[in-house]
Amino acid sequence: MIEVKHIYKSFNDKLVLNDVSVLFEQGKTNLIIGLSGSGKTVLMKCLVGLFKVDQGDILFNNRSFVSMGNDEQKEIRKEIGMVFQGGALFDSMNVEENVIFPLNMFTDMTLEEKIDRANFCLKRVNLENVNKLSPAELSGGMKKRVAIARAISANPKYLFCDEPNSGLDPRTSIVIDNLIQEITQEFNITTVINTHDMNSVIEIGDKIAFVYKGKLWWEGDKYQILSTDNPEINEFVYATELLRRIKK
Amino acid sequence: MIILSRLGEYTQLMLSVFQKPEKKSIYRRQILKEIDSLGMDSIGIVAIISIFMGAVVTIQMAFNVDSPLVPLYTIGFATRKSVILEFSPTIVSLILAGKVGSRIASEIGTMRVTEQIDALEIMGINSASFLILPKIIASVLINPFLIIMSMFLAMFGGWASGVLTGLVSSNEFIYGLQFMVRSFDVVYALIKTIVFAFLISSVSGYYGYYTKGGALEVGTSSTKAVVYSSIMVILFNLILTQMLLA
Repeated sequence: MIEVKHIYKSFNDKLVLNDVSVLFEQGKTNLIIGLSGSGKTVLMKCLVGLFKVDQGDILFNNRSFVSMGNDEQKEIRKEIGMVFQGGALFDSMNVEENVIFPLNMFTDMTLEEKIDRANFCLKRVNLENVNKLSPAELSGGMKKRVAIARAISANPKYLFCDEPNSGLDPRTSIVIDNLIQEITQEFNITTVINTHDMNSVIEIGDKIAFVYKGKLWWEGDKYQILSTDNPEINEFVYATELLRRIKK
Repeated sequence: MIILSRLGEYTQLMLSVFQKPEKKSIYRRQILKEIDSLGMDSIGIVAIISIFMGAVVTIQMAFNVDSPLVPLYTIGFATRKSVILEFSPTIVSLILAGKVGSRIASEIGTMRVTEQIDALEIMGINSASFLILPKIIASVLINPFLIIMSMFLAMFGGWASGVLTGLVSSNEFIYGLQFMVRSFDVVYALIKTIVFAFLISSVSGYYGYYTKGGALEVGTSSTKAVVYSSIMVILFNLILTQMLLA
């Protein structure tokens, strides 16, 4: 469980996050949605500690991330897995080396155990016989899946995904979404996904936080979002002609 | 003000770089990998430049020593002195600033813009240390070997050009090379090499690490890395020469 309490973040006097409080629950896929520039990426970067908040607190299972020292923060970070928008796979390593990288750094497992774990994780994301390929040889969808495999290799308690569907076709997007949801439930982890893809919202939105102009504007789930009368939400959800027609 | 802010940023980065590594065995492996990519891959260019540099120095010496009062072995002696004191440690370091510096800055810069550095940070890894420390250690370890190799090849190039053009006999040139040898010259050259290796790798690492933006900015960082590490090499060449030889 991750609890965000009244956080503020500004850059050069421009307030980007304004008193945001939200609870991300364990075993659920929690989605942060919003328009481009609304502050959702900044919120996620604050959650994972890439940005320091100006005010407020972030609690990882009741442990305050903001007030702890660097060493304690490092320990929390070892419990975090993250899937970046572009995958962020290490170019100098092949697929297998990418997946075992967190294990190399933080465990005393033998090479055989690490390779077994890598094979398990890659199989879990429906990738086999790609161990020796370099990231450059993978398609966009495969990169995302390897990134998910790397993120779960060290058994994280928290999984963060930054726009995991960007650049993917709708079918592959659904595969990735379902994969993340299955992994979340299977390993009972707290998953936070940053997205503006409505397909993801409807497919896997157990909990949805809508960020608008730096504020938490609305909270709910995938059923409530379709029936809310909040004008900003409706503007976001029914932005496309297709969805407007479906609504009619 | 910008210089001070950059200097502060560089110092802060170096403090992060020289922190205790998370896992020494991984760092050791990284150092060996960097020795291979930064050092071994530079052998070819260093060899070519050294041979031709030595050849040119010898020919220039021969044309300037046209007095019958100056013995011909002076050509070998002057070539050795020039190569050991200046050409190999400084000129080859400047070449390495171009080759190795741009490689380090573009590699780390690309990792920055593709969020690979963020990925390391989120895993709880000190990214500055993980990426830059092995490169600094590898450069400091391998560059002295490259420079020593360069010295031998430059003297060989000088001998070959002198003998093949008939400007000096083989015996006279070799006598000159062996004339009044001072071991401190080599020590001085190696001290310079080690300092230059540190400057090239750390300054390039700094420009790569603080890259912001996309592909264009990676190119800009790479160029800045080469320019500023070259300037630092030239500046410290003067400082070290004053300190060690004056």
